[in-house]
Amino acid sequence: MAEVHAEMVANVWKVVVAEGDTVEEGDTLVILESMKMEIPVLAEDDGVVSQLKVAEGDVVQEGDLIAVIA
Amino acid sequence: MLNETLGTVLIANRGEIARRIIRTVKRLGLRAVAVHSEADADLPFVTEADEAVLLGPANPAQSYLDVDKVLEAARATGARAIHPGYGFLAENAAFARAVMDAGLVWIGPAPEAIERMGDKINARNLMERAGVPVAAGTREPVTDLEQARARAEEIGYPVMVKTAGGGGGIGMSVAHDDEGLAKAFEQAARAAARFASGDVLDGPAVLLERYIERARHVEVQILGLPDGTVLALGERDCSVQRRHQKVVEESPSPGVTPELRERMLAAAVKAGEAVGYLGAGTVECLVDADKQDFVFLEMNTRLQVEHPVTELVTGLDLVELQLRVAAGENPEVRPEVRGHAIEFRVYAEDPKRFFPGPGAITVWEEPSGDGVRVDSGYAAGTTVTPFYDPLMAKLCVYGQSRTEALELGRKAVEAFRVEGPKNNLPFCAELLGNAEFVSGEYDTGLVGRMRAK
Repeated sequence: MAEVHAEMVANVWKVVVAEGDTVEEGDTLVILESMKMEIPVLAEDDGVVSQLKVAEGDVVQEGDLIAVIA
Repeated sequence: MLNETLGTVLIANRGEIARRIIRTVKRLGLRAVAVHSEADADLPFVTEADEAVLLGPANPAQSYLDVDKVLEAARATGARAIHPGYGFLAENAAFARAVMDAGLVWIGPAPEAIERMGDKINARNLMERAGVPVAAGTREPVTDLEQARARAEEIGYPVMVKTAGGGGGIGMSVAHDDEGLAKAFEQAARAAARFASGDVLDGPAVLLERYIERARHVEVQILGLPDGTVLALGERDCSVQRRHQKVVEESPSPGVTPELRERMLAAAVKAGEAVGYLGAGTVECLVDADKQDFVFLEMNTRLQVEHPVTELVTGLDLVELQLRVAAGENPEVRPEVRGHAIEFRVYAEDPKRFFPGPGAITVWEEPSGDGVRVDSGYAAGTTVTPFYDPLMAKLCVYGQSRTEALELGRKAVEAFRVEGPKNNLPFCAELLGNAEFVSGEYDTGLVGRMRAK
């Protein structure tokens, strides 16, 4: 099981995956936007998105849980 | 004349550039009005203005980009002129028109000039007609991938893919092959749809251009006067970039011979004349340092972030010149470049990967002394929020020679203390120790090579 956390304060611009989706390492899970920059959050392992903790329009803080890949 | 025509100037911007404009406005005996969002209420530019107006929430669409609110603030404070700074509404022709329609003085070029230069395809075609060299590329907007593939084959890989409108490196990437093109096209089309200003283009439009490997990004500062004269005020080398965005700029460019400089400055004047340019603008070029040749990239119809390096080597105040020109004056300007200036953009971002790092500022100590200029937007106790771009300050140094400027830069970077948000001062220090940068023989790939190690 791998937890994916936010690395910075950002707005959640786009959620690319849904809970239950199968992802591979390097796949984009969500796209954050901070300071006029788009930052894709990538899966670091292969697996299934078991939890997705953010929705489009949310503001995440550094360290916030974004998703869990099981 | 200045006082009668302008009187009170509203600055439709934030942070360091608002503060910079306020400084000159007040020095000239004019009144300065700041407008700000809720997120920026504590920043120095708000308190330094003679009067400040809250526009709305942090979201730029509901504050800095809300034309009605900005015009209402001007009316309520008796402002007679609006300076847009850079970014936000600075290159929005519809806003410039709205300002003029409201009977106010627009401190910038004519809306028609903004329009002509805002669309990069249009601008390039116009430049070609004016006799300014341009890179091989698309003559018409590309709107689907198949078209893009066909054009890329004609131009030849690698190609630079970018949005026809927009700016600031958003949606720009280099495609080396067909596969890369699909990815780059999708990215640019998405950025075009999201960030295009809307008043220039009707839909996502993408531009393809031949990509010059190991090119330098060199731009010429121009100034258009009411009598039709266009002056070139030297060049700036902006090749130190990450994510296609500038980090360090210097003037003069160490990669340009006197002969090439003369040709570039003459072409920039021609470009300005072709659009009937008024005020401060910049003609951006790509330079092939090996061949000592250049092509037109785009024109920025505003004051630029990096204007201080030109001010340091020419001794001019570009904001003052903008104000005088907008008031109808024909200031006597003798463009003469002396010494060497370097600007380091201090960003709230991590120094390794350059990811944004907003946060509350606990320590803020700026360097000072002879040859050191800091244009900053923040202070200790203020917060860098995620809503706007990551520029916190510009650290500029000036010396009689490039060697002297580099030495001053090392001391000043070391003396600049920022705690709280992540910042790229360690990157600036790293750059000042990099042999390629120090030699002056660098290109736009420098930062990529530093990070690939």
